[in-house]
Amino acid sequence: MATATCSSILRATPWPSQILSSSPSLRKGNTRSSYRPIMMEFHLRPLPFEMDALEPYMSKQTLEFHWGKHHRTYVDNLNKQIKGTELEGMQLDELLKHGYNNGNPTAYFNNAGQAWNHDFFWESIKPGGGKKPTGEVLHLIERDFGSFEAFVDEFKQAAATQFGSGWAWLVGMPTDPLVENKFGKLAIEKTPNALNPLIPLLTIDVWEHAYYLDYQNRRPDYISTVINELISWEVVTARLERAKATINFYDVVVPDDQYKYK
Amino acid sequence: MAGLTLPASRRLGSALQALIPVTVQSRGFQTYSLPELAYDYGALEPYISGEIMELHHSKHHKTYITNFNAALEKLHDAKDPQSIVALQSALNFNGGGHINHSIFWKNLAPKNQGGGEGPQGPLASAISTQFGSVEKLITKMNSSGAAVQGSGWVELKHLVVETTANQDPLTNKGLIPLLGIDVWEHAYYLQYKNVRPDYLKNIWNVINWKDVSSRYEEAL
Repeated sequence: MATATCSSILRATPWPSQILSSSPSLRKGNTRSSYRPIMMEFHLRPLPFEMDALEPYMSKQTLEFHWGKHHRTYVDNLNKQIKGTELEGMQLDELLKHGYNNGNPTAYFNNAGQAWNHDFFWESIKPGGGKKPTGEVLHLIERDFGSFEAFVDEFKQAAATQFGSGWAWLVGMPTDPLVENKFGKLAIEKTPNALNPLIPLLTIDVWEHAYYLDYQNRRPDYISTVINELISWEVVTARLERAKATINFYDVVVPDDQYKYK
Repeated sequence: MAGLTLPASRRLGSALQALIPVTVQSRGFQTYSLPELAYDYGALEPYISGEIMELHHSKHHKTYITNFNAALEKLHDAKDPQSIVALQSALNFNGGGHINHSIFWKNLAPKNQGGGEGPQGPLASAISTQFGSVEKLITKMNSSGAAVQGSGWVELKHLVVETTANQDPLTNKGLIPLLGIDVWEHAYYLQYKNVRPDYLKNIWNVINWKDVSSRYEEAL
């Protein structure tokens, strides 16, 4: 557990750990800098929109269960699993890396992955969303898929054919410029259960709990509706900007004079 | 199509052969159709709602069969190993879905057809030897079923409780299925929402132990 030495803060705030420190050994040795353990836990982030704001495309009832029960349970169970271990205090993406364990996921990986994925999903949709992206996102989509319609078809296909529970993603992917003639491109991936890709830009949750109350078995209808009416392209643009720190989406132009051997 | 003969009738017990609709296409491969339930959609209420049963049977199961037939047709037409191997996951998923659900419908029965009445005969003694009691078996199956990540099944296979992911057929693990419980969300969501353990507790009221026993005796 992390410890803090700034006693003025500790005196002012009723840390939960103060209940723990009723044991004599902790109260003893109260020099100016008394060590109080700080406990960290993840909290369920509020939705970035009202629960009925996505009607009629995604009902309030669905969000009450999907966010209020499923997502909440992932967060609560993750906290229970890491409490008192050396994992407590780690950021969520660190936990994901640790938990993935090179393809042999640990017990907490599913909860960490699902907690992260759902945060990412809620940010990816918004009331009045959908339609078409503009600017750089549109340019890259047209460059790497041929057309926006072709991207939509491929995305729908991936989401519809993710067998069982999982997610469909728009990702940024580094490529070999000698093979693909470019350094980075947009691509579509699908992942099962709680997995997520390295550089995600957009996602759709295709676990049945995400659509069953509103669409029952009609997963393709759910997917089309999310794409047409709910996707937040602004968020995708912002994520693209961040992804550029990792991937160069454009060709590097080497000035001619650098070819000359000096 | 070596290795692809799927004797659906054998999986479901020879007594039920007549109930498994199968047609042979003019091009010479077998396709499958949706088996009928031995009870009405609403007959398992209040443990499993009629709405779920109707969707589960007439939509989900039907889709597995439709897609399975489509994959079989592609397999029949496939000319090279790459195309054949590429169909593997579709066959596994959709064929598995068909197998698993066909068994599942037989594993359930309404109260007035014996649903929920405990096991008798050799199965009963095998269960008490292996698990101690039917209650202990139920507890074990329920905790395994609740723990399945994502979609899958919890099965009793020749006296071992196993779980499988997605639609992986029970026989992929070389075991003979006796009883399967679908823990995909579509199997319970409309009624039980996220509370999978409640679904698992209540379904035992409509388990058709006679069917489970007859599979057990056939497997001996």
